[in-house]
Amino acid sequence: MTDRQVFPPLTLRATGLSCGRGGMTLTADLSFAVAPGQCLLLRGPNGTGKTTLLLTLAGIVTPLAGTFELEGTDSEAGPQLHYCGHRNAVKPRLSVRENLDFWAQVNGPTGLDIQEALAEVGLGELGGLDAGYLSAGQSRRLALARLLVTHRPLWLLDEPTAALDAEGHELVTRLLDRHLDMGGLALAATHDPITLPDPGRMETLALGVRT
Amino acid sequence: MSIDTTPKQSWWSRIAHPGQFVAWTSPLLWPLTILTAVLFIIGLWFAFFNSPADYQMGDTVRIMYVHVPNAWLSQFVYGVMTVSALGTLVWRHPMADVSMKAAAPLGAMFTALALFTGALWGRPTWGTFWEWDGRMTSTLVLLFIYLGIVALWRAFDDQLRAARIIAVFTLVGAINIPIIKFSVDWWSTLHQPASVFRADGPTMPGSILTPLFVMFFAFTFLFLTLHLKAMHTEVKRRRVMGLQRRMAQGDAA
Amino acid sequence: MTALRAMLGRELRLALRGGGDVLTLVLFFIITGAIVAFAVGPDSVLLARIAPGMVWVAAFLAMLLGLDRLFRPDHEDGALILLRQAELPLSAAIAAKVMVHWLVSALPLILASPLLALQLAMDGETFWRMVASLLVGTPALAAFGAVGAAVTVSIRGGGLIAPILIAPLSIPVLIFGVGSITASQSSAALLFLAALSLMAVSLAPFAAALAISSAED
Repeated sequence: MTDRQVFPPLTLRATGLSCGRGGMTLTADLSFAVAPGQCLLLRGPNGTGKTTLLLTLAGIVTPLAGTFELEGTDSEAGPQLHYCGHRNAVKPRLSVRENLDFWAQVNGPTGLDIQEALAEVGLGELGGLDAGYLSAGQSRRLALARLLVTHRPLWLLDEPTAALDAEGHELVTRLLDRHLDMGGLALAATHDPITLPDPGRMETLALGVRT
Repeated sequence: MSIDTTPKQSWWSRIAHPGQFVAWTSPLLWPLTILTAVLFIIGLWFAFFNSPADYQMGDTVRIMYVHVPNAWLSQFVYGVMTVSALGTLVWRHPMADVSMKAAAPLGAMFTALALFTGALWGRPTWGTFWEWDGRMTSTLVLLFIYLGIVALWRAFDDQLRAARIIAVFTLVGAINIPIIKFSVDWWSTLHQPASVFRADGPTMPGSILTPLFVMFFAFTFLFLTLHLKAMHTEVKRRRVMGLQRRMAQGDAA
Repeated sequence: MTALRAMLGRELRLALRGGGDVLTLVLFFIITGAIVAFAVGPDSVLLARIAPGMVWVAAFLAMLLGLDRLFRPDHEDGALILLRQAELPLSAAIAAKVMVHWLVSALPLILASPLLALQLAMDGETFWRMVASLLVGTPALAAFGAVGAAVTVSIRGGGLIAPILIAPLSIPVLIFGVGSITASQSSAALLFLAALSLMAVSLAPFAAALAISSAED
């Protein structure tokens, strides 16, 4: 972990963003900016559009109104973000290492080595095991390892701590903190409290506040 | 003197709003209905009383006045669906979704009618209800495609999401229909070399053409009227569903 | 390129570790041939006459069987969403999937087709024409199948509706496929079949990608 890649300074800026699915507006007229090294926590009760907002920012759901932009990216550059959703996209018939290796190849192996990433999330010993034998928490760790094997400046995390134990919570905090160190950006929707060592890096956006 | 403060909207964006669309096109509905009815009365009068019986087919030739317009509509409606599908995919026009959805059952109905009248006509003329003739077979395949699209609409819970997916399938179908037609023609000539089934003679006298022409427009306007009405119904159905969902949400909160 | 190769490798591994899926398809293909013989009776002249059509029907049905696993598992575990942030375009990923689908569900059928030819009393010359027509035509079936599977991927229990959508589209493939075995103009039919396959294979990944990206929207 000596040669840390530092991301170019990027800012995620959303203006008047409204998101929704199935013809229903869930989050209306949001404006926010996330600066390099900053993490924006999305909070709010169930059904207030945290996941939809993340999917919108990932370019999967079309915004109903408004715009968002990752300022400072080179238009030639490929995908700039990692999305980590509820579902882990872990194939039970592939081994743990094969699963991770696939995503590294498909996303571009610009980050950690497979074995290093597995060790980082605490699956170092299980590389040869079929992923079908992993527990829910271990699958989650494998999904998080995917973020490490490819360097992408923007992380969109949906309940990153789901199914994880206390040590797993620390792991998420550690990974997030290191990502921000490198000048990365993150948005995380979570019900669990995430406390970064430096609270100045966190901002909270409360969704679903009825006016 | 009053100053018009409302921003100028083009007719295009105006009809993009479902409510506006209904408000704008509702006045068209009655005139269209009346026009269709008048055309049908004239056309049927010509067809029944003011056109000659065929010297070979006798009175059964009058089935043609219903059959040919239906056969034309079976293809025209797919054209309407294809244009609407482009509207959905390219311009994300909300009314294009509605138009696509409203057209599918109508297309299936006209295609089924074309096949049915074709079979009724075929029995006295060819001596069989069904013949694996190129034209009939490709119409049957077209009916399968329509029914598949109708089934697809019914299978989706979320109609808004369904629209774009079905638009993709409609376009794939549109590319395929000429190929299907070509392959079926090739196939039927292979198995029945002599094409004895010429529905339309080489020349048609004016006394047959006039009722055919009128019935052609009568059926086309029937489609336009039904399509518009079905679009209004669909807009209202979506509004009801939206309200129900909002109520359910209001209760939850 | 590495991304495409990784995609192909993963799809192949998943399909081959699928616990005998390939074998099931081949068995289905062969059993269909046997059922035809039982239904029609052991009249080898009649069987030989309908054999080309029956081979294509059996191949068409067998390829439908494997369709549900083309996109549905990836849709359900979220992999399709993640593939949209990959270095390779979604249509390329889908093209890789279609290629592997052909490798694991059409190629085994072609390899097993001698058995079916025996069952249906096919003569040697017809057999080779059948192999050629299956080789040329099955890519189009895989491509149309991929469109149908992509359109129905977000429908719960959509595996049932996909065949209804795919069958009308596949009619030209069946017509030219059987034609290239039996017809007097069999070489023309084979050329039509090749044209159809090329067109379907080149367009289907884009159509399927469009349908899949709309499915999440």
